Amino acid sequence: MAVVKQGGASGFIKTSLGEIVKWGRRWSLHPYTFATACCGIEVMAYFSSFYDSARFGAEVVRFSPRQADVLLVAGTISHKMIPILKKIYDQMPEPKWVISMGACASSGGMYDNYHVVQGIHKIIPVDVFIPGCPPTPEAIIEGLMAIQRKIDEKDIDHNCGDELLRALEEIEAAHKAGVNW
Amino acid sequence: MMTSMDESTQTVLEVIRLGSALGDGLLSARYAFDDLILVIAREKILEACRILRDDPALDYRLLLDLCGVDYLKIRTDLRFEVVYHLYSVSRHCRLRLKVPLSAADPVLPSVSSIWEAADWFEREAWDMVGIVFEGHPFLHRILCHHQFEGHALRKDYLINRRHWCDTVWDLEM
Repeated sequence: MAVVKQGGASGFIKTSLGEIVKWGRRWSLHPYTFATACCGIEVMAYFSSFYDSARFGAEVVRFSPRQADVLLVAGTISHKMIPILKKIYDQMPEPKWVISMGACASSGGMYDNYHVVQGIHKIIPVDVFIPGCPPTPEAIIEGLMAIQRKIDEKDIDHNCGDELLRALEEIEAAHKAGVNW
Repeated sequence: MMTSMDESTQTVLEVIRLGSALGDGLLSARYAFDDLILVIAREKILEACRILRDDPALDYRLLLDLCGVDYLKIRTDLRFEVVYHLYSVSRHCRLRLKVPLSAADPVLPSVSSIWEAADWFEREAWDMVGIVFEGHPFLHRILCHHQFEGHALRKDYLINRRHWCDTVWDLEM
């Protein structure tokens, strides 16, 4: 945030609306954990006191997608789960961000077989991929900070409305073209 | 601790009791991995299971497992097999039943009327190996999604052949 001037005892900050909105978003991310496998265990460590996600303003875990703005997909996503994950993503209010955590969610991992989605970016737009099998809690913190940096760098209407619709249409078109495998 | 019957006693008792009731339906019997294995013709499997459960001297009241096996390239004639694992709680012994099936006609009667536990096991064997259980109350996929085609654990199923799922399974369908 561009703090231009800070006054004396009464105090004031000069900034733009965009900056203050982005500042608010950055430090009040509400994650929704979609934990399906061992990555979920690392997510638990990340949220609890030792790694303390409250330092980044993201400690309030929402178990309803309607109250969350970061979807943390942690674990193997099977084909049977595609409509469920899609529905959860659709229910989240905009702007929303998606973290794909671990090898399975990002690429299918070792499951190159008949029932696992080869990366959730083939279903929903993903903002951050966290590598690892499973990633350490530090890596999840880095992933969350990457979201914060993204909010800071992009415009205020980033990951909203038309931009999201276009991303979803691209995914749909790729699926129809048969390159989603 | 209760002493269990030795191998020979169990084998003789069960083979005689079942063999006299099934006749030609009992194809063979052998002892392997500490359990008796009875190979039974599919026409007689329902009768055999009923005797094994209801005869007080046999008393196999628990169905531990039921699974389908694909013997592609191992057997030439009878490609599939259904394996039943039974356990007698009163006698502390196990029994394995095997029913060989041909590739062209992998159909056999459902035993879900005898053991309720067979319901989901048979659905799994249908889903994964494609064995049809006649008389099953709800023979639908249990692990794979409803838009899946083929049977994933058949040995000729390509390992990474995937089927996209974009709707939730509607049970009213």
